[in-house]
Amino acid sequence: VTALLDLKLVFVTGKGGVGKTTVASALALFASQHGKRVLVCEVDAKGEVSRFYEAPPTGFAEKEVLPGLFVMTMDTEASLREYLKLQLRIPVVGRIGPLAKAFDFVATAAPGVREILTVGKLCYEVRERHYDLVVVDAPASGHIVGQLAAPQAINDLVKVGLIRSQTDWMLDILSDPTQTGLVAVCTPEEMPVSETIELAARVNEETTVTLSAVVVNRVLPELFGRQEEQVFDGLTTAAPSKTLAELVGGDPGPVLEAARLAVTMRRTRSTHLDRLREGIDPAVPLLYLPYLFTRSHGLRITRQVAASLGEELGY
Amino acid sequence: MTPARSTRAASPSDRPGSGPGSGSLDGLLAAKEIVIACGPGGVGKTTTAAAAGVMAALHHGGKVLVLTVDPAKRLANALGLEGIGNAETRVPDEAFRAAGLKPRGELWAAMLDTKESWDALIRMHAPDPQTRDEILANPLYKNISGRFVQSHDYIAMERLYEIHSEGEYDLIVVDTPPTRNALDFLDAPQRLADFFSSRLLRWLIVPYRSKLVNVATKPFYQIADRILGTQFLADISEFFILFQSMYDGFVERAGAVQRLLSDRRTTFMVVSTLEGVPLREAEFFAQELTARHLNLGAIVLNKVLPAYLQGAEAATVAEAMKERADELATSLAPVLASVDAGLADEAQIRRVLVEVAESFLNFRVVALREAEEKSELGTVPEVLATVPFFDTDIYDLAGLVRLGEQIWD
Repeated sequence: VTALLDLKLVFVTGKGGVGKTTVASALALFASQHGKRVLVCEVDAKGEVSRFYEAPPTGFAEKEVLPGLFVMTMDTEASLREYLKLQLRIPVVGRIGPLAKAFDFVATAAPGVREILTVGKLCYEVRERHYDLVVVDAPASGHIVGQLAAPQAINDLVKVGLIRSQTDWMLDILSDPTQTGLVAVCTPEEMPVSETIELAARVNEETTVTLSAVVVNRVLPELFGRQEEQVFDGLTTAAPSKTLAELVGGDPGPVLEAARLAVTMRRTRSTHLDRLREGIDPAVPLLYLPYLFTRSHGLRITRQVAASLGEELGY
Repeated sequence: MTPARSTRAASPSDRPGSGPGSGSLDGLLAAKEIVIACGPGGVGKTTTAAAAGVMAALHHGGKVLVLTVDPAKRLANALGLEGIGNAETRVPDEAFRAAGLKPRGELWAAMLDTKESWDALIRMHAPDPQTRDEILANPLYKNISGRFVQSHDYIAMERLYEIHSEGEYDLIVVDTPPTRNALDFLDAPQRLADFFSSRLLRWLIVPYRSKLVNVATKPFYQIADRILGTQFLADISEFFILFQSMYDGFVERAGAVQRLLSDRRTTFMVVSTLEGVPLREAEFFAQELTARHLNLGAIVLNKVLPAYLQGAEAATVAEAMKERADELATSLAPVLASVDAGLADEAQIRRVLVEVAESFLNFRVVALREAEEKSELGTVPEVLATVPFFDTDIYDLAGLVRLGEQIWD
């Protein structure tokens, strides 16, 4: 498996709520901190990515938000316009209005057309070497397979025509494991782990893209080892907790209770982590990111996650 | 006797002595026939919807259906079913008995299979068997029904309408599909109607119906032909020509689905956690429902940390445990030794005290942030329920009831 930062195009996906955008933003930030020229593309146009850099909302035209770090928001209509201008030199660019409407209509009927313009734009940026790395804040795990399989699907549906002639070079980029990779983000919880294992299998069967890494986000710290846990259990019995209460001048009940909760949570989660490791090809690295207690979002979090990600990547 | 259910369509806010956040799911579900659970992904929407259904079957009686989009086996297992299919299946009484429960009514479950539901819809609307078979075999149709994300949104609402209009259930709890935009499914019926009544549709069909292409539309075909290829255009046209025969049925149906969503008997339950990003999405959703005059009946906040974590006294205790760890360890060692001689290692006691205190202070920050987020909620419906963080996964009916009890009263 090619190291994440040596790839040219990285799709980051995951079940809703696991921190997909955080990881995509952090990966891009880390790469830019290491001298790479990076583009982050948000496909699900919610305007979230720019928030992760404390930057104003972005559009289809990329904007440099931090040194060497560019952000853009995917817009399939704008992508079509660019495509027509650059690739086909279609003379009716001025009359794109009705064409865009027609396109929208066809795209609604023929899924894959919209996806191909998204994937096409991303592959184009890679082919033209405008950036060292393109990081995609891709659709959630339920939709990513359709997106990545779009060039192949179009190949099957459309036998001739210019769209067809465009899919071959896209497939070349997408299928090359030294250029393109998929990163699946999950948390050590039941459903996200199950979905990630399922996703890994589907990506393998239905697309030509390689799973390059699984990022496990929000891993809780291990409070204590076996021996220390016995000490903790001892502390919660009557006499020691009474002594502790007298010494600190207050009820240590909630503090001990909270530790119990933390231990149980960690334990429940570690069974899911074991399941994840068993369900994913051993060649695919698992990268662990700690649960961050201090803040829930913003550039501060992006920076912290980028640092943790860097450590996991061996920097 | 069949348990009585309220047939009145009035919202619970008509009841005296109620205000925002003070109502109960008990009351809401007694008054409504359809509950649509929606919200961001990964917040426990499916489980919450199932729990609400279980509680209604337990306490209100009648026939309750949980219509889910989640193919997870776990939910089926929790309901005591082998698996949940497209057809409605009754949750066996044994599953309730095993959990020590005796429901007043019946609980049914069904999963939404997009492809199968679309096929059923085609069979219903197709004017004749030949058109039906041609549509079912059309490559574009296969693509739409199987992969198309928005088709999932539409079909979820369509299936709901279908089931509701059959009048088989007293209450239907629906779990909405995870969409890119949480509102997609609300727009889906209208979009589908627009789609089939579009002028462009006629444009596309013209050259294949007659050979007359007028001057105005010619450039369009030339470009479309260059981009998409003739065969593909022919496939598209065939698809639309076939679909046109079902146009009236579809548009009429989409309108009826739309009306059902805004019916007084329908209510929406927004599910979220108190984390920043999902909560913002949920709030946006709540506002949007209100703006569309849809009935926002409840907000359910899942996985909320226990309140004791916010305590100021406990925080002082934790600080002391951290700062005075050495001294405390020395004093505690003999007491612990009297519990078990092996626990008297002072260095170990010290580490445990510091870890425990640190952990408390960490979780306290999160708990305080959650409390603040909750207090800042802009839109508060009749029912605002909070579900604590469960330290184990929900894997059976008893677990669903445990969750359900948190949101019921």
